Amino acid sequence: MTTQDIIRPENLVATKPRLLNDLTMHYCPGCSHGVVHKLIAEIIDEMGLAEKTIAISPVGCAVFAYRYLDVDWLEAAHGRAPALASAAKRLWPDRLVFTYQGDGDLACIGAGETIHALNRGEKITIIFINNAIYGMTGGQMAPTTLMGMKTSTCPYGRQADLHGYPLNITDLAAQLEGTAFVSRQSVETVGAILKAKKAIRHAFENSMNGIGSNLVEIVSTCSSGWKTSPVQANKWMEENMFKYYHIGDIKDITKEQSTH
Amino acid sequence: MNLQKYALMKGNEALAHAAVRCGCDGYFGYPITPQSEVLETLSLLKPWETTGMVVLQGESEVAVVNMLYGGGGTGKRVMTSSSSPGIALMQEGISYMAAAEIPCLIVNVQRGGPGLGTIQPSQGDYRQATVGGGNGDYHILVLAPDSVQEMADFVDLSFQLAFKYRNPVIMLSDGVIGQMMEKVCLPPQKPRRTEEQIWEECSWAVNGHNLSRRKPNILTSLEMDPHVMEDRNIALQQKYERMRQTEQRSESISCEDAEYLFVAFGSVARIAEEAVGKLRQQGIKAGLFRPVTLWPFPEDKLRSYLPRVKKILVCELNSGQMISDVRLAIDCSRPVEHFGRMGGVVPDSGELVDAMLHIIG
Repeated sequence: MTTQDIIRPENLVATKPRLLNDLTMHYCPGCSHGVVHKLIAEIIDEMGLAEKTIAISPVGCAVFAYRYLDVDWLEAAHGRAPALASAAKRLWPDRLVFTYQGDGDLACIGAGETIHALNRGEKITIIFINNAIYGMTGGQMAPTTLMGMKTSTCPYGRQADLHGYPLNITDLAAQLEGTAFVSRQSVETVGAILKAKKAIRHAFENSMNGIGSNLVEIVSTCSSGWKTSPVQANKWMEENMFKYYHIGDIKDITKEQSTH
Repeated sequence: MNLQKYALMKGNEALAHAAVRCGCDGYFGYPITPQSEVLETLSLLKPWETTGMVVLQGESEVAVVNMLYGGGGTGKRVMTSSSSPGIALMQEGISYMAAAEIPCLIVNVQRGGPGLGTIQPSQGDYRQATVGGGNGDYHILVLAPDSVQEMADFVDLSFQLAFKYRNPVIMLSDGVIGQMMEKVCLPPQKPRRTEEQIWEECSWAVNGHNLSRRKPNILTSLEMDPHVMEDRNIALQQKYERMRQTEQRSESISCEDAEYLFVAFGSVARIAEEAVGKLRQQGIKAGLFRPVTLWPFPEDKLRSYLPRVKKILVCELNSGQMISDVRLAIDCSRPVEHFGRMGGVVPDSGELVDAMLHIIG
């Protein structure tokens, strides 16, 4: 087989998704955002939903998600994306409406909007990037910061008496009657990326089929905020984050229904 | 008079009926006195079964204003109503919508403040509405109804203006107008716009339509390049200037020969109208100038009465907020005094007559 044979279009096994444009991303090396952006771009295109998508970006590192993914976007105020999504989906029921939010945005300032949108059973998907730190503002403590973990606002490590406890909002969301599918994934290996893609696709399908509200958490790294190399960040995440934030599907009413 | 045409209802109820009849796509609300009848009336009317209008009780005013951002951003006609403390909570979202140029209608049935204040009527939010209650340089178009009829009529007008300028519109009402019952002729039932009409009217809207043949629509208030941000601000200010030039609205009662002018809006304008009658009976040439748009303030019309006017009395349910706009409009060329009651107290026309007689001297 010649090189010309190998590079023929029908032999192509991976390519940049059509909906991901060529702008240079502002994310740091090793950051999980780029991978998740790529997965969302792939899924929207595979489902043929580009002309039916209303995407909502947060405040935080992913505030500029709208620069890279070529679909229609609303950029929300800090924490308020689920409120925007609730209205957009109710007014355009045949649209794919999803939010893309970080831990500070979703679990702290927007905890109210998140819980209530999920509990109303809005037919939306929330993509939740949890790297346990405020990235964009420079590495402050997040609601999901682990006990003992050092950040610029808990420089001696998170302590219960000073800072309270990490908020496992995804497990909390699974308890709400309005949620249909709640899953926690990661994107540090090829296997993990494939599982994350499957989870996001399932959430999007539920949203389009009018099934409950859907939350997919991606446990992520922040090598800049964690002050470590990308490789070490992945290792630290596997050794520490996964102990507190367990990977896997937490709730799936579509499976529960099919087994009954 | 064809009595069939009329209904007797509260201002809040008329607002709800008018919303359905004007083809509003979505109402998002949160209970607060004295405007809870709006959400209650809509919940009884069940417009989702007739016109397809969405009605949703949100978890807070903060969420509700962001539902307007989400709904208005997709090109739909969306509205909310609340009262002063709730409107204070909405200021973040209002600033964002002004910046991202998102049309919507926000109705403030004002109550006394500051803080939790009282549930009685007030006009204490005049400055917040007209100068901008959130961060940054922006303006909201502000309409002030003075009757149950105008609570109904201003809904369609507000949506027309909101979409014409891609800007939030506030109806600055108060507890008197919201709670009192009066006869009202409700607007005829209009259909909601079709998706095709929305695409035609709102090519900027975020709803995915026709994406393969255009650039993505992105609605954001964020811009990191200071020069681009300044250009955006300049464009906004130019839009506000166009609004200032074309959207001033007012009502004049006995102003043509008036020497002593009341300036009042909303519920107080009704009391001032009665005071004008009483003063005219005493041979005093009194008149009432009622701003209908509070922003832009109807300064051109007010100035047109200046040649005959000797003194102006601004009457408000606050400590003196609109009085600044009156003084600016006439460049302090006449004595401008203030009469106000606060904290939920509403004056009678006799108090306004006495106040006018006092400044006439």
